[in-house]
Amino acid sequence: MDIPDKDLLSPGHRGCAGCGASIAVKLALNALGENTVAISATGCLEVMTTPYPETAWEVPFIHVAFENSGAVASGVEAALRIQGKDDVNVVAFGGDGGTVDIGLQSLSGAMERGHNLTYICYDNEAYMNTGIQRSGATPFGATTTTSPKGVASFGEDKPKKDMPMIMAAHGIPYVATASIAYPEDFVNKVKKAAAVKGPAYIHLQQPCTTGWGFDSSRTIELGRLAVETGSWILYEIENGEFKITFTPEERKPVTEYLSQQKRFRHLEEEQISKIQKFVDAQCAELGL
Amino acid sequence: MTKEIMTANKAVAEAARLAKPKVIPVYPITPQTTISEYLAQYVADEKIDANYVKVESEHSAISAAVGASCAGVRVFTATSSQGLMLMHEILFAAAGMRAPFVLADANRAISAPLNIWNDQQDSIAQRDAGWLQIYVENAQEALDTTLMAYKVSENPKVLLPSMVCLDGFILTHTVEPVEIPDQEPVDEFLPPYKPEHAYLDPKDPMSIGNLADPDYYLEARHDMQVAMENSIDVIQETCDEFAEIFGRKYGLVEPYKTEDADIIFVAMGSICSTIRVIVNQLRDQGEKVGLLKIRAYRPFPVEAIDEAVKDCQKLAVVDKNVTFGIGGALYTDVKAKIHKEAYGFIAGLGGRDITPEAILEMYEKTKNPVKEVTWIGLKEE
Repeated sequence: MDIPDKDLLSPGHRGCAGCGASIAVKLALNALGENTVAISATGCLEVMTTPYPETAWEVPFIHVAFENSGAVASGVEAALRIQGKDDVNVVAFGGDGGTVDIGLQSLSGAMERGHNLTYICYDNEAYMNTGIQRSGATPFGATTTTSPKGVASFGEDKPKKDMPMIMAAHGIPYVATASIAYPEDFVNKVKKAAAVKGPAYIHLQQPCTTGWGFDSSRTIELGRLAVETGSWILYEIENGEFKITFTPEERKPVTEYLSQQKRFRHLEEEQISKIQKFVDAQCAELGL
Repeated sequence: MTKEIMTANKAVAEAARLAKPKVIPVYPITPQTTISEYLAQYVADEKIDANYVKVESEHSAISAAVGASCAGVRVFTATSSQGLMLMHEILFAAAGMRAPFVLADANRAISAPLNIWNDQQDSIAQRDAGWLQIYVENAQEALDTTLMAYKVSENPKVLLPSMVCLDGFILTHTVEPVEIPDQEPVDEFLPPYKPEHAYLDPKDPMSIGNLADPDYYLEARHDMQVAMENSIDVIQETCDEFAEIFGRKYGLVEPYKTEDADIIFVAMGSICSTIRVIVNQLRDQGEKVGLLKIRAYRPFPVEAIDEAVKDCQKLAVVDKNVTFGIGGALYTDVKAKIHKEAYGFIAGLGGRDITPEAILEMYEKTKNPVKEVTWIGLKEE
């Protein structure tokens, strides 16, 4: 994989040590290059990279609010295209909260209208910026501050919203899942997304050291375990054609992934076997 | 120049066409809808070279407007009532990000109860957003004000968005003769938009919409206050320049028979036409009465109001809105800033007709006051 000399997301931002979001954005911008305009929803990414008068962004950047990055990106794209700037990449970043929850309508509109832009959801599976509250992307069994373990609760009691498939249902030319632990796969997908005419959506799993509860040196390792256990499946849907882009040699049991994280450490055998069944069913459905 | 019979909604759409916006994100809502329809047709017929963004909500309309404006182009949008309420959050962001675009608001009441008819509660509820708000009386003024709004908003001393407020149905769906200026003088008055500051250009990357901590936030908001103060002169200069080219004179306020008046009505929007008739009628009966039409509500033109009302005894302030627990918004502003005996009248909410009798009643209740704020036209029992 080519690693450029200059990162377009500068170091020295205020992300946590081991932050997966900054790795994600750095990889994405390296894939897109300097001729790019970036949009971000409110969230960790925006807060840690743009404390006035500083900015970590080496490409033009705009943030407006939490739930509207799809619409802001639409406006940016419409304005660039009418000025004849057809070659400028437009990329929007939203966390899972800003994407699958509060920003869903705005994003759906942007996808349906066919803007030539790429939306990347950096999914750390809860509202991390405000201190680990559950989102629609929080997986079954995870504890968060709003889906805590208690006498009558084992944590989040609903499975994760299947956002990539919701995006695929929009009939857009490119949808993919990705993981920061598979940078080559992710970078290829970002390049494909930028190359297609029309909207593209990439759902990137991004382990969060703070919210998931693991040592900050192990971010990539956790991302890899998610994929190796089938808890996160790497695929793409190009013009309606579904393809798995990475198949682990041997799928590991989910406990190897769950046991490494504080958010799952309370789970009983019953819930773990339920999660294993979810994962098995998902892998069977997608052909992993 | 051509003259046509049209609604104020069409007049606004014509102004938008003449202003040559490059992006038009808009979502239909009664009674704004025909603006969005006219503009869609103009784009379809290549009368405007713009991207018409068919957004899925007003929230996305205003969000796309901010994005497009920050990407360096002139932007137009329009809405009404619940739509403006849905935009509320992003109205503040648009002003804070100093995006100088124009929004036409077809003034309509707000739920609940659900009501599609006219009052001015929707835009009044946005008065603290940092937008300039200009209220118009007729279709011609709607067209002219929309053009002027761009010039004021884009002035480097201002760089705040403008809201042109036109009364729903009373103006938006009523036809009047309107002069449509030719493109050439409009281009002279309003040259193509060239962003001087923030815009999204990969050749000159900058970050817009950053986080500002307590060390910086206060100054950013104070800059908006300074811009709002600057806009007073800019609006007047822009009106003067407009009058030179197009021959129609406007200002921050519009006094009518105020010089020798003892009582002056203070009002905004289409109701001023009815009040003017009553002023004439009362003048015929020997009453010394006048009208001060407020065009600029934000910025609030204190000096211009002071000048117009300096010799009168009392003010009768008409509000098509209410700020519960205190009175109408225009009335409370007048009470705060203008040192005159003033009485407030809340009328016309949800489209209740403000009749000539209602205006005469306001006059009587200002001449012989019983209380400070009176709701006019309430049904008995």
